[in-house]
Amino acid sequence: MSTPALLGNLPAAWALALPLLVPLLVAGGALLFPDRARLQNALGLLGGGLLLGSGIIILKGSLAGPLPSVRMGGWPQGVGISLGADPLTGLMLTLAGVMACVTLLYAAEDRRRSPFVVPLVMVTLLGVNGAFLTRDLFNLYVWFEVLLAGSFGLLVVTGGAAGREAAVKSLTLNLLGSLFFLLAVGATYGVAGTLDMTLLQDRLGLVFAQRPALVTGLAMLLVAAFAVKAALFPFHSWLPASYHVPPAGVCALFAALLTKVGIYSLLRILTLPFSAVEGPLPLLGIMAAATMLIGVFGAVTRQEMKSILAWHSISQVGYMAAGVVLLTAPAPEMRIAGVAASVFFLIHHGLVKPALFLVAGLVARLQGTTYLPSNGGLYQERPALAVLFLLAALSLVGIPPLSGFWAKLGVVQATLAAGQGWLTAAALGAGIVTMMSMIKIWNEVFWKARPETGDDDHAGNGQARWVATLALTVLITLVGLQPRPLLNWSEKAAVALMADRDRTLDSGEAQP
Amino acid sequence: MTLLLAILVGILFTIGVYLLMQRTPARLVLGLMLLGNGTNLGVFVAGGLGSDHPPLVPAGAEAPAAATADPVPQALVLTAIVIGFAVTTLAAALIWRTQRDNPDNDLDALRRTET
Repeated sequence: MSTPALLGNLPAAWALALPLLVPLLVAGGALLFPDRARLQNALGLLGGGLLLGSGIIILKGSLAGPLPSVRMGGWPQGVGISLGADPLTGLMLTLAGVMACVTLLYAAEDRRRSPFVVPLVMVTLLGVNGAFLTRDLFNLYVWFEVLLAGSFGLLVVTGGAAGREAAVKSLTLNLLGSLFFLLAVGATYGVAGTLDMTLLQDRLGLVFAQRPALVTGLAMLLVAAFAVKAALFPFHSWLPASYHVPPAGVCALFAALLTKVGIYSLLRILTLPFSAVEGPLPLLGIMAAATMLIGVFGAVTRQEMKSILAWHSISQVGYMAAGVVLLTAPAPEMRIAGVAASVFFLIHHGLVKPALFLVAGLVARLQGTTYLPSNGGLYQERPALAVLFLLAALSLVGIPPLSGFWAKLGVVQATLAAGQGWLTAAALGAGIVTMMSMIKIWNEVFWKARPETGDDDHAGNGQARWVATLALTVLITLVGLQPRPLLNWSEKAAVALMADRDRTLDSGEAQP
Repeated sequence: MTLLLAILVGILFTIGVYLLMQRTPARLVLGLMLLGNGTNLGVFVAGGLGSDHPPLVPAGAEAPAAATADPVPQALVLTAIVIGFAVTTLAAALIWRTQRDNPDNDLDALRRTET
């Protein structure tokens, strides 16, 4: 390593490896003590804290200036696997760190918890962080499989019989997505002779000039693969079959990170290895609009709180994809605005949706169910919970001054400026239906009198659950009241991505 | 040879997709296996079928004597086979358990996740 770049007080290579080493070590360590739940909690929270810390260090370092990419083991570029971090990676790693802390804090008081929960949460985070850091196409595939293995494991150990069914459904569809991905990776190697994303950008650019159809086809395969992971229409059906099944803490982790990895990968491959290709983007625009609408319409038809929230996740992915579509916009500032809106939305939704799932978990604890017709009366019984729900729900809808307002404003402004008014219309239309479905939850769970079911309050909620939910809600409110920092970071992330995309051929280390 | 293998990949995909469309759980697992293997073979073929000399450098030499096969697609496929094996095992275990929960042997009857 010739560049002794520092991140905080750490050599860059170590700083970039930390988000991978920490979950690996914590997962292994927690597995050693299956019957000591408290020790597992302590290890998990320590790991979450370290992840958050390393995420913040990487975010600060990447905001200060471009970081060198690091090849593990000191292998030369093209042979070794590159890890890299730009502001987008830093933001996503920080979000993963926040969610690690929140999920494990929320799950800490579950007395019937399986001893595999802490290790599997860490394995999922390992896959997620690996996907954010890697700059190698095949390595990205491997991290996807790691995070899927972790998430299927969580579904199975926490979800009971319904969890196993959910795992069958989501495994089948996600496996198909992985196969698309693998096939595209193999064919890309056949065409370009490398899998390093930076080298691929140069070589695929050359191939694209001669055989555009071939490279566009490969990009289409990858877009389909990531659309499965991101749950974009028409590849969304695994999500409503699995997201709402596990307990709320696990739902929160899924909602914060799983679909985001798909959108992140779309942004990455369309700005780095396949930056020359624009063919899939018009199709992605149609998928984004359909995703927004189908997600919300699915949500209003549901009668179960977590299921409504799961359908909503689909709709929100559409907003993020709409920002990605603006990569085709004519002017550079439009492209930057689109990508920045997408990045802001990623982080906003990664905080708001978990908060709502955690509220659903508290409701389930208090009333024994989240089936809306059986809920009710919580506004009177637990006004504090009603306030937490209201803040998160209004943020999801996009009411100022909460984070969702800035996120939606970004998407609306960017799509309008780029002349894609139909995406704006879909976004605003979906927003109204979002409002309807949140009002539905509000009316059923908090406002109406509770139907007489005769069963008493279930085991009370411990403090840790409230603290976890409160922490997320405070974060959303802070982002809403003081959006400037996150808006700046999103814009820097977009500028860095566009700099990658517009990198001229000769600045790369391309070698035959 | 490439064409033959490409046709074989197509056949594997066809059978795999056909099996996925069935309602019997066991066929789902078989379909996933065939699709996985078809993909592995596809990656291998797409990497280019060149020389069949192993990519090894003889003792004492600096470079291999003749043109060798590209080791990267082999490494990719090896990794993919291992991952595919693990996922197939998980799928088989899951199907076995769901069949015990739902004895009527019909994937369309898996309705527990619909709330």
